[in-house]
Amino acid sequence: MADTNKIRIILDKCTGCMLCVKTCPFGAIEVAGKKAKIDLAKCNLCGACLDSCKFKAIEIILHTSAKKDFGEYRDVWVFCEQKKGVIQTISYELLGEGKKLARKLGCKLCAVALGDGIEDRAKDLAERGADKIYMAESPHLKFYQDDSYTNVLVELVREYKPEVMLCGATTIGRSLISRVAVKVDAGLTADCTGLDIDKDNRLLLQTRPAFGGNIMATIITPNHRPQMATVRHKVMKEAEINKGHRCEVVKKHFPDNILKSRTTLLDMVEEIEETVNLAEADIIVSGGRGLRGPENFNLIRELALTLGGAVGASRSAVDAGWMPYSHQVGQTGKTVCPKLYIACGISGQIQHLIGMQSSKVIVAINKDPDAPIFKVATYGVVGDLFEIVPALTKTFKQVSG
Amino acid sequence: MHIIVCIKQVPNTTNVRIDPATNTLIRAGVESVINPFDMYAMEEGVRLKERLTGKVTVITMGPPQAESALREAISMGCDDAILVSDRKFAGSDTWATSYTLAQAIRKIGAFDCVICGKQASDGDTAQVGPGISTHLDIPQVTYVKKIEEISKEKARVERMTEEGFDIIETPLPCLFTVVKEINTPRLASLKGKMRAKSCEVVKWTADDIGCDPKNIGLDGSPTRVVKIFTPPPRKGGEIIKGNDAGETAEKLAEALKSFVI
Repeated sequence: MADTNKIRIILDKCTGCMLCVKTCPFGAIEVAGKKAKIDLAKCNLCGACLDSCKFKAIEIILHTSAKKDFGEYRDVWVFCEQKKGVIQTISYELLGEGKKLARKLGCKLCAVALGDGIEDRAKDLAERGADKIYMAESPHLKFYQDDSYTNVLVELVREYKPEVMLCGATTIGRSLISRVAVKVDAGLTADCTGLDIDKDNRLLLQTRPAFGGNIMATIITPNHRPQMATVRHKVMKEAEINKGHRCEVVKKHFPDNILKSRTTLLDMVEEIEETVNLAEADIIVSGGRGLRGPENFNLIRELALTLGGAVGASRSAVDAGWMPYSHQVGQTGKTVCPKLYIACGISGQIQHLIGMQSSKVIVAINKDPDAPIFKVATYGVVGDLFEIVPALTKTFKQVSG
Repeated sequence: MHIIVCIKQVPNTTNVRIDPATNTLIRAGVESVINPFDMYAMEEGVRLKERLTGKVTVITMGPPQAESALREAISMGCDDAILVSDRKFAGSDTWATSYTLAQAIRKIGAFDCVICGKQASDGDTAQVGPGISTHLDIPQVTYVKKIEEISKEKARVERMTEEGFDIIETPLPCLFTVVKEINTPRLASLKGKMRAKSCEVVKWTADDIGCDPKNIGLDGSPTRVVKIFTPPPRKGGEIIKGNDAGETAEKLAEALKSFVI
C-alpha cells in the first residue's frame, strides 16, 4: 500500500539525545549507535516524540482522507440513565458538562432518556439545563437490555445526527455506548476526566488517564461523527437546578423489531449492604489488611455511617473474604473518585492507588510511616487505626450531633 | 462446546514506576503479562470445557512477542492459540481492534461463546468486548460474575451492577465479559507447561483474516491521540499528630470539616 501511515527518523538530523526515548509512552524508541530507532511493532503513531524532538529529526506521514462535511451534525447529546424510573445523578453531572460544551459550540444541549412511564422525568432533565429531550418509552425499555437500548439509540443517532454524545462510564453506559459507537462508525473515548472544544475545528478534546493515571492523553475524533465520550462518576460538576428552563420534548416510538432483545432480564438482586453506592459516594471509608479480621470492618462501617459515606475495601481484605468483591477499590475492583477517601490500614500498593488516587482529598491512617499510601495522602496519620478510627467516629458524631 | 477467549498482553503495572527526574514511565525492564481480567476469562473458558467437553481457542492481537502470552494460556489449559499480528494494525483504537478480532473469530468458524476480560489494565476502556459482539452481531452480557447454567442453546448468568447483580438469560452463541469474582484462576500444570513449549501457535496477518484495509490500524480508528503528558504527581501532604488518639482525631476532623459537612 503506497498510502499507509509512516514514521521515520531523519538520520542526518538525529543527535541521539534520548529526548524522544524518554517521551515515548509506548517504549517504542531506543538509541543505538547514537541514532534513534523506532520499534514499529510498539509504535502507535501518537506523535508524542515529534513534539519532544528539538532537531526536527522525526517525521510522521499520515495518509488522511479528504475532509468530510459534518454540517448536518448538530447539538450535544447526553444519554441520561434511569433505574426504576429515577434519573441517575451521573446524568446531571453530564448535563452540567454538556451545557458548557454546547455553549462553546453554539448549539443545543439535548437529553436522551429511554424507559417506561418516565414522562414525568422530563421536568427533572429540563431544570438541569436540557434544551431538548428525546424520549422513547416502551415496556421493552423499562429495564436496560443491551439490544433494545443499542437499537433505539442507533436509530436516534442516525435520524437526528448529534455532533457530540456523552454517556456515563457506568456498567450500563460502558456496555451500551461501545455497541452504539461501532454501529454508527463513531469515535469513542472512555473515562474522560477533561472535556473541551477546539472551536475552529469543532472538535471535542477528550483528556483521559492511561496506565492507571500515570500518563494523560488528549484524544480527538477528526473524521467521524458523532464524537462520543464516557465520563466517570463524580468527575464533572452536577448541573444546577433552574426551574424555569424551557425545554422541548420529542417523543419517539419504535416498532417491535427495534425494541426486541435477544437477552432476557430474569431478576434484579440488590446486595449492597450500605445504602450508598460506591461509585456515587462523596465520601468513602476503606479498610485493608491492617484491620486483621472481618469483624473489625465494623469500625469502618461506623465511621462511614457517621459521615454518610460508603464502605470500600482493599484487594487483600476482599481476597481474605472479609468483604464482598463489590466493595473492592483498585485495579481489579472499582475506580472511585469521591471528595473524601479515608484509607484505614491500607498500605497503598500501586493497584490500589490506581483505583482511588483521583479522589479530591485522601486521608491515610496506617501504623507504618513508610507505607506508600502516605505518598498520595493529603492528610496522614501514623498510628494505630484501632485507636484513631473510633476516636474519629466519636469526634464527628459530636460535631454533627 | 467451542469457546473462544480473547486476551491481551499488557505491561505489568506492579512494576510500573515513574522516573522522579523526568516524570515519565520507566519502561525498561517492565515485563509483559496477560491482562489480569483475561486470566478469569481463560479460567472460565477452561472450566466450561471441562464441564461440557469441547475446546478453548485463545486469540490475541498484538506484536510478535505476544506469542508468549498465548503459550501461557496453553499452559493453563487452553487448546489452540492464534496470534493476529501485522504492522498494518499499528495505531488501532478500540473500533479497529474489535473489528480485527471479530474478523479473526469469523475465520475460526463455528463457536458457542466468546469470553473476554471486562477491560484491559493498560487502556481500561472496556470497549473491545462489546465492540467484538457488535461486529459479530451476537448478543452480549458484560460484567458477568457467575455462569449459573449453560448449554449449547442458552445460558443463564449473573451480571454485576452498581447495586448488586442482574440475572440474565441469553441465547448462544454470545459474548461474555467477566469480572474477578467469577473464579480463581488455576496455576499452570506441569503437563500444561510442557504442551505450551511444544504446541504450535497459529499466526494470522490482516490479509489472512480478510480485513478491509480501511477498517484496520490508524485508518480504521476514528480516534486519534493528539497529546500525551504526565500529570503532576500527587504529593504527600501533611502528617497530623496529637498527644493521643483523641487529640489526633480532633485535629484531623478539624482539617476535614469543610469536606464532611
